[in-house]
Amino acid sequence: MEVFLQSLISGLLIGGLYAIIGIGMTLIMGVLKIINLAHGQILMVAMYVTWVLWKFFGIDPYLSIFITIPFIFVFAEGLSKYLLHPLIEKESILPENQVLMTVGIGMVLVELARSIFTSNYKSIHTSYTDKAWHVAGISLHVPLVIAFVIAIFLTIGLYFLLRKTDLGRSIRATAQDKVAATLMGISSAKITILTYGLGSALDAAAGSLLLPVYYLYPDVGPLFTVKAFVITILGGLGSTVGAIAGGLVLGVAETFGATYISSGYRDAVGLVIFLIVLVFFPGGLKRLTKV
Amino acid sequence: MLKVENINMSYGDLQVLWDVSFEVKEGEIVVLVGANGAGKSSVLKTISGIQKISSGDITLNGESIANTEPSEIIKKGIVHVPEARRLFNEMTVEENLIMGSLHGEAKEKRYETMEKCFELFPRVKERRKQLAGTLSGGEQQMVAIARGLMSLPKILMLDEPSLGLAPVLVQDIFDIIKGIRHQGVTVLLVEQNVQTTLTFCDRAYVLENGRITLEGTGKELLNNDHVREAYLGI
Ligand SMILES: Nc1ncnc2c1ncn2[C@@H]1O[C@H](COP(=O)(O)OP(=O)(O)O)[C@@H](O)[C@H]1O
Ligand SMILES: [Mg+2]
Repeated sequence: MEVFLQSLISGLLIGGLYAIIGIGMTLIMGVLKIINLAHGQILMVAMYVTWVLWKFFGIDPYLSIFITIPFIFVFAEGLSKYLLHPLIEKESILPENQVLMTVGIGMVLVELARSIFTSNYKSIHTSYTDKAWHVAGISLHVPLVIAFVIAIFLTIGLYFLLRKTDLGRSIRATAQDKVAATLMGISSAKITILTYGLGSALDAAAGSLLLPVYYLYPDVGPLFTVKAFVITILGGLGSTVGAIAGGLVLGVAETFGATYISSGYRDAVGLVIFLIVLVFFPGGLKRLTKV
Repeated sequence: MLKVENINMSYGDLQVLWDVSFEVKEGEIVVLVGANGAGKSSVLKTISGIQKISSGDITLNGESIANTEPSEIIKKGIVHVPEARRLFNEMTVEENLIMGSLHGEAKEKRYETMEKCFELFPRVKERRKQLAGTLSGGEQQMVAIARGLMSLPKILMLDEPSLGLAPVLVQDIFDIIKGIRHQGVTVLLVEQNVQTTLTFCDRAYVLENGRITLEGTGKELLNNDHVREAYLGI
């Protein structure tokens, strides 16, 4: 029972990070109508930035989100503006071309990371890396708890942005009906580019928050793209609440897999869930609640 | 006030508007009637800037506004309420109204204007916390018009507001349009509902296959043989 509870809680904590990765992916999917197959690679870039900031400037990984978030926001806006958006403008080109572009962006980022940082594993060691709080026989890994709390604040902040500001409403309006949004005076080009930046910025936060508990190497990128994909599929594609649920489910499932099967199967569990969901619940978790 | 002069417009290789010219004067209700596919919606799209014209000119009070970005057009006081309403279905009615008032003065006066819209459409007020997608067709049309009014337009362009509504509701909508004109808003209306619109508009143009073929006051067109035969089935 204790092992079960322990796994559940660890899974939920990591799931909080997966949730913000999924929300970022969902935002991009909602507005750009594409699956961003560079999502994990952008997270990887954020992890390397966090690593460099820690290694060479001694900046704490949690503080570094104040740098990685704006940095990745601007970086991703650039990708969106110069590489993705020109394809969206051309009506004759199929939307698949943008997805292919994200694949290309992802590959380039991985290889760039490999040439700069090599394929060697990197990790950081802070004063709290190995610390844990013990509550009622359950140990709470300190870096995960901090990351979870920050993830919650980011989610709340995003919720307010999307619900209570004109900018956020314009993003939702553009996702729901681009033509109608344009008629309201919203520049869909601006919103599209900005949303890619915003979705990637959430990804960046997750990257910085993950670094204290995760090994870093270039192929973390594709791995997290798959995870992001699984989360959004679980969440029923396009719903932010669904992405939160999807993130938590994936976190818990992976942790159970690692505990009860073998720690080597952690990532494989996510893929198995992915296949199960695709085959049996093509509408994602939303379908479960509806039936 | 608004002048459309010899505009031509194509979707890719398909030209759908041919030398279209018409005029809307301040305080008028002008209607553009025509069959399905005649190009009525396309005319409104060129004015609101979501479709570019290849030649001709569109002027507002003498100033050319042809091929201007939609975000500029709405700031100049022209708003386009699109065909089939196109509300933001996953947003509440109130949020839909807010989306109509993103700029300048409209934004400053947002809640003041919203109260006025609620006076005009009490049903909309009742539903203001509801998701727009859950409303009936008539209620959705009212929200669409109200969302247009939220931008404090000088010219309100309505694309087939009677589409898909029960006859009683159609009359309500047209009465509301008359009321809006009385408040000083100029109205450019696009309709297939020829009989009703011709009886209450000031002037009308007939659009056929992308060309203006007839123009006159509502009364004149109601008595026109071609109109009677082709649109009124008399
Ligand atoms: N987005 C589009 N792409 C290509 N052709 C279009 C598009 N929209 C309308 N058309 C064509 O343009 C013509 C005029 O359409 P439209 O302006 O919608 O007519 P109406 O509003 O009078 O029914 C029609 O032949 C229609 O098929
Ligand atoms: Mg039409």
